[in-house]
Amino acid sequence: MRPPSPSIPEKEFLFSALKQGLRLDGREFFETRPVTLTFGPELGWVECSLGQTRVLAQVDAKMIKPPPERPFEGVISIHSEISPMASSEFELGRPSEEEVTITRMLDKVIRRSDVVDKESLCILAGQRVWHLRLNVHCLSDSGNLLDCACLAGIVALKHFRRPDVEVIGEEVTVHHPTSRAPIPLSLHHNLYCFTFAFFSDTSIHPVLDPNHLEQRLNGGLISIALNAHRELCVVQKSGGVPLEPADVLRIVNVAVQKAKDLDVIVESRLREDWEGRKVEVR
Amino acid sequence: MSADRLLLTLSDSSDSSDGHSRIEILNTGGYRSDGRRQYELRTISIDLSPQGSGADGSASLTHGLTQVNVCVFGPREAKMRSQTYHDRANVNIEVAIAAFSASERRKRGRGDKRILELSQTLKSTFEPVIQTSLYPRSQIDIYIQVLQQDGGLLQACVNATTLALANAGIPTYDFVCAVTGGVHSTSPLLDLTLLEENDLPNVTVAVMPRSGKITLVSMETRLHVDRFEEIFRLAGEAGKVIHREMRKAVKDRTEQLVASMQSVGRPSTGADVGDNEY
Repeated sequence: MRPPSPSIPEKEFLFSALKQGLRLDGREFFETRPVTLTFGPELGWVECSLGQTRVLAQVDAKMIKPPPERPFEGVISIHSEISPMASSEFELGRPSEEEVTITRMLDKVIRRSDVVDKESLCILAGQRVWHLRLNVHCLSDSGNLLDCACLAGIVALKHFRRPDVEVIGEEVTVHHPTSRAPIPLSLHHNLYCFTFAFFSDTSIHPVLDPNHLEQRLNGGLISIALNAHRELCVVQKSGGVPLEPADVLRIVNVAVQKAKDLDVIVESRLREDWEGRKVEVR
Repeated sequence: MSADRLLLTLSDSSDSSDGHSRIEILNTGGYRSDGRRQYELRTISIDLSPQGSGADGSASLTHGLTQVNVCVFGPREAKMRSQTYHDRANVNIEVAIAAFSASERRKRGRGDKRILELSQTLKSTFEPVIQTSLYPRSQIDIYIQVLQQDGGLLQACVNATTLALANAGIPTYDFVCAVTGGVHSTSPLLDLTLLEENDLPNVTVAVMPRSGKITLVSMETRLHVDRFEEIFRLAGEAGKVIHREMRKAVKDRTEQLVASMQSVGRPSTGADVGDNEY
């Protein structure tokens, strides 16, 4: 069954409000909803919320034998679960279009853009490497699930610490977190994803971080993943309403500033959490 | 950057990648591994002749060694009730990548995430471009078969689909012309081969030449914002060069059809491409 589309009055209300420069939740056009990061009891357990949109990400690591074609690299796998719990638009079993986009984008942002230094996950070449498993659960979809999922994934990787390992000859000793401080993953950069929605009526200003209604009524999305050093990693505008080249570049520059702001928030939250955490080190 | 400097090559780049990464991407003389210059595009060849099976429009397009076949069926009655829209046509795109298309034989099923994403990208690119509101309750099926891959897969799919739609006589608002661009240290390159695509950060940009607007941008590799701006603008310009070639192919094909209709001595029925505006 197709989910009911927004009613005509809802649509007209949103568009006329946007034309007057107002968003329904009182934000500026290029303003994101407040980001809340809640850390769980374990390392690598993060619940990220962007307004009403909530995503839970969790990282765990285990040792495996590396695939023969890449003996010096660890393995990262991403498991995203978008169940009907998040929104009635998702069905079990069959992946919807949005689901495909989110899964692929997570893959691009976290795996293909070399966020994690894979070689640092190698313990014994060809014998033992770390296998990182990132589980992403979408708890509630109130628009812009993609940005929230990417943020949760990245923060979970930053928050996670793996047990210390000692290698003597061929023998591998794993130290329990209580006997030796666990080690953070070596990450190359912090990627943040920003999604902008634009509308088929081109007189309407594009909006950053679309909420549920804006996302349902958009005429196209552009997702940009970048780090705080002005490096773009993913730019994805697949179709939708055509934009002027200057508009695209303007949006990219907005994202650059937003990434810097978000980086400050994420780093300070991680520091706060780490200071409040009791980790026993002998 | 004027569009005239973006010349099309006449030489075929048939001696490209042999799997070694030792090949220089851009040598000191300013030539690339296949003998092109920085802004030179690969040879484009377009065949708009019908390809059996009764498709309403078809196109076969090559960018150098990348080869794509597209068949368009429709607008025809929608098969499924659930995919019928009372006010517009439903556009359905399916992409198949031949197992032998790349240097390493690899079979990708229809459920493959990369293929799903590719067809979804194409669908959302073409849905707003096709005048779907002219055909309520119908569907337009576009089948894409990738025969050879040598970089610029998305670009070839976009260009070939545009041509096949024009060939089928389906009204669109404009052409969609795509080009891939990459950056080698600081020098931008256009229309990358597979070898270059694997080594360089690359962007695919699709433009609508009449308005100069951008419908598609796709980048998956790390690139500095300033470099991105440069290659983004350049690819936009190159799209216009591709447009000239595509337009010429459509015009030639139409002329050929008109000529053959006249030689038979029947008045034009307008059924095929009679009043094609391209």
